Amino acid sequence: MSQRLVAVVDYGMGNLRSVSKAAEHAADTNTKIIVTSHPNEIEEADAIIFPGQGAAKACMKALLDTGMIHPIQKAAKEKPFLGICMGLQVLMSHSDENDGVDCLDVIKGNVKHFDLDANPELKVPHMGWNQIHQTNEHPLWHNIPQDSRFYFVHSYYVQPENTDYVAGLTTHGETFASALSTKNLFAIQAHPEKSAEHGIQLFKNFLQWNGQ
Amino acid sequence: MSLAKRIIPCLDVDDGRVVKGVQFVDIRDAGDPVEIAKRYDEQGADEITFLDITATAHERDTMVHVVEEVASQVFIPLTVGGGIRSIEDIRTMLNAGADKVAINSAAIFNPGFVKDACDAFGSQCIVVAIDAKKVSQEGEPNKWEIFTHGGRKETGIDAVEWAQKMQELGAGELLVTSMDRDGTKIGFDIELTRTICDSVKIPVIASGGVGELSHLSQGITEGHAEAVLAASIFHFGQFTIKEAKQAMQADGIEVRL
Repeated sequence: MSQRLVAVVDYGMGNLRSVSKAAEHAADTNTKIIVTSHPNEIEEADAIIFPGQGAAKACMKALLDTGMIHPIQKAAKEKPFLGICMGLQVLMSHSDENDGVDCLDVIKGNVKHFDLDANPELKVPHMGWNQIHQTNEHPLWHNIPQDSRFYFVHSYYVQPENTDYVAGLTTHGETFASALSTKNLFAIQAHPEKSAEHGIQLFKNFLQWNGQ
Repeated sequence: MSLAKRIIPCLDVDDGRVVKGVQFVDIRDAGDPVEIAKRYDEQGADEITFLDITATAHERDTMVHVVEEVASQVFIPLTVGGGIRSIEDIRTMLNAGADKVAINSAAIFNPGFVKDACDAFGSQCIVVAIDAKKVSQEGEPNKWEIFTHGGRKETGIDAVEWAQKMQELGAGELLVTSMDRDGTKIGFDIELTRTICDSVKIPVIASGGVGELSHLSQGITEGHAEAVLAASIFHFGQFTIKEAKQAMQADGIEVRL
């Protein structure tokens, strides 16, 4: 069996080293992790890890500047695809951040800020270890106990139009979708690369997943 | 179910070794940062903070190697503070594997630096460290001011107003250290912690003075902090992180166990 190629997408807006180190830690000898900013390597890769940090507008601009928009939209429909944090949010149609930003529109829905009017006591960013309640039996949840804690740091969250895509729920003042899954795509608001053993398990599960 | 309160062990690093001074004077060597970080990760630390206490140019290179080494073996959030003065310093630490940087005196010399840093890297990775000392006398309303140089140099800046200003400039989190309590082991300055926590929306880490496990819970329940930071009670094996979390849980605090 030939080596499986997994590409961590570099568009200048991610904690790439943390993500690639965690993926390498989880990988077996048959898996090669590369960090790339070349559309043709995204095309060639067997699976894609799409991290992201920072603001939505800056992320979309970085994707545009690196010629990554079309390759990411294509890969997100075709092969095993793992979105992390901002790599989840920019998959949506639109984000309210930075006075409104059109995003990749891979999943229909909006990205909105935690409601501080409804929850005046809430601390934002939502920063720290919170539970994810798994709402489906996805292969990426394999060997991760129900309601395990993952590390989060974000001020906005996703609202998919189709709630069938919700794979996990988390509560911080309000209950929000902390993981989404479509046929070949899984995306998580938390940082598995910073979530100790459960995060490493999620990478292991992703690296073994055929996208079905 | 909700967000867990965090315990953050702090490693003061000098020339690649972990040290902890009592009020920054009596420094003892407590070992290798990579080994200590791994031990804390195994014990269930929620994050680890490295404080580069000398922060000379040579030190900076040593610190980068420490962070690189830790980040390839420990998969929890890492914060680096001490001598973070430029956008380039931040980029270097983030590239080495740090998730956040703590900015202290550079924010005082140039508050715009905090905004520039947040614009460049996002609020999520910018922690502002606030070293505060009580300046009000007995019987007067509480007042704390910012001090630099390990608590020796006053700035005249009101600590609470400063905390709010840092939030406005985009800081994602505040690390509030009582310079009156640091190294004393008599517990946090609860009034300082609570006054700042209640006046900002962003999470606050309480620091300075932890000597026993009950102090950690007090920082959360009475101080209203989102996280508590301690050094010496963990470094010398007095308590494990797990014991600290069990004690907090027994006090009714939600923790990651």
